[in-house]
Amino acid sequence: MSQRLRVNPISCEAHGMCAELLPERISLDEWGYPIVNEEPLPPALLDHARRAAQACPTFALLLTRDRDRGS
Amino acid sequence: MSDETLLIDAPAAWESEIGDPQPHGTLPRLLAGIPAHGPMSLEDHLAVHGPAPASTRRRGRRGESPLIEQIAQAGLRGHGGAGFPTATKLRAVADSRGRAIVVVNAAEGEPASLKDRTLLHALPHLVLDGAQLAAEAVGADELIVCVCESAPASSDSATMAIAERRGLSVDSARIHIAAVPGNYVAGQESALVNHLNGGPAIPTFTPPMVFQQGVRRRPTLVANAETLAHLALIARHGPEWFRQLGIPSQPGSALVTLSGAVAHPGVYEIEHGASLHSLTDAAGGTLGDPRALLVGGYGGSWIGRELLRGVALSDEHLAPHAASLGAGVIALLSENACPVAETARVTRWLSEQSAGQCGPCVHGLDSIASSVEEIAGGIAQADATQRIARLATLVRRRGACGHPDGVARLVTTALDAFGPELADHARHGPCEDCARPAQLPLPADGRLDRPSHKPVSWR
Repeated sequence: MSQRLRVNPISCEAHGMCAELLPERISLDEWGYPIVNEEPLPPALLDHARRAAQACPTFALLLTRDRDRGS
Repeated sequence: MSDETLLIDAPAAWESEIGDPQPHGTLPRLLAGIPAHGPMSLEDHLAVHGPAPASTRRRGRRGESPLIEQIAQAGLRGHGGAGFPTATKLRAVADSRGRAIVVVNAAEGEPASLKDRTLLHALPHLVLDGAQLAAEAVGADELIVCVCESAPASSDSATMAIAERRGLSVDSARIHIAAVPGNYVAGQESALVNHLNGGPAIPTFTPPMVFQQGVRRRPTLVANAETLAHLALIARHGPEWFRQLGIPSQPGSALVTLSGAVAHPGVYEIEHGASLHSLTDAAGGTLGDPRALLVGGYGGSWIGRELLRGVALSDEHLAPHAASLGAGVIALLSENACPVAETARVTRWLSEQSAGQCGPCVHGLDSIASSVEEIAGGIAQADATQRIARLATLVRRRGACGHPDGVARLVTTALDAFGPELADHARHGPCEDCARPAQLPLPADGRLDRPSHKPVSWR
């Protein structure tokens, strides 16, 4: 089951930790909010993604399994 | 809306159809028999459309409601703006655990749209039929009709219709009415649910999707008022009948709100795929040579004058213009209105309508609006149009709801449609037409405060 990153844009306060911890998948826009690549994560990045999600002070970075995603 | 009177088109040829229980392949459908003034009574409604089918309840414990199957075959899609397949939505709610609730969405936060409040005001029983049938199909025992607080006449009409229907055997769900604030995003599905749960009428992050966990954490079907009216007729006449109008990719008819440079602005029913020309003809023709068309809604698309001739009104026909029928807004910009000033004004208003929750929406829409305003005022930097295009790409899909995407669409289509006008403003500042009163209505104008559908008349 593939996993993807997703941001809760309401919770996100542009701390920017995620982009520092996972630059392979996350960059910041000109206001400091994350631009997330939402393609399925390769296994090699899973641990890094988990750490980035845990580091978010507002728990706005989410790791989702495909079946959890709404339409 | 400049006209005091709302006109609902009904050519003479339609009148013979009224009272025919199964009009085939002809308009009007939803607007059949619409009274010249005030709401249609239950008695008249039954005379025009006949009674709703007795039961659409699901067969067996795991079976599907025959109505959902019919809606799927009909190919009905939502008329609130997003165009989501209605059967998919019904199935999702029916298959979720727990007793469902149906929310009728007549919030209609689009300033240039009047069709939902008009429909609910003039033809409340068609909407309530659809709502009750949908409730039965998804196993809901409760119905909430959400009406914009700026449309008290629609709300009153629904209240009276509910009283008339007491004792009607098809009605199984309890029903009540809720007023919804008039902010632009209030009609968004999760915003409506948030409001009904006692919160502000602003979108929430999903999941949970409202079909799983909506009003009071129950599975919730949020359906546009017009969509439910179509559903009520499909339940009566079947999917084949529905498909006798429209095109294969978008069967059936649609209500549109026609405004701007036409002789008789108002709410009209069109067949999907009908030409823009046929619609403006039915509205007494255009006034002058309209400069552009804004289609869908304010988060919709501009189509410039030189492309207007061939425009047909379906998502398939509009797709090459990066447009869709959306909520049925058809606003024709007058030949002496300035498209740059109008776009700047609406974009600023839309940026102010951001719920203020998501960073990219808060900062992005404000920056986009400022850039358009700077161009309109002739004080923009040389790369302002590129900046707008870049910001539009940057905000897409980055909000909890589709609001930023709509603004992105409005401004990118403006860049395509008004290239020379934008360049001219950037170089020379405001044009002659910029000084005229703005044409596209905004709630702050006060123009929308009155019940828009007071005198419903037809030709």
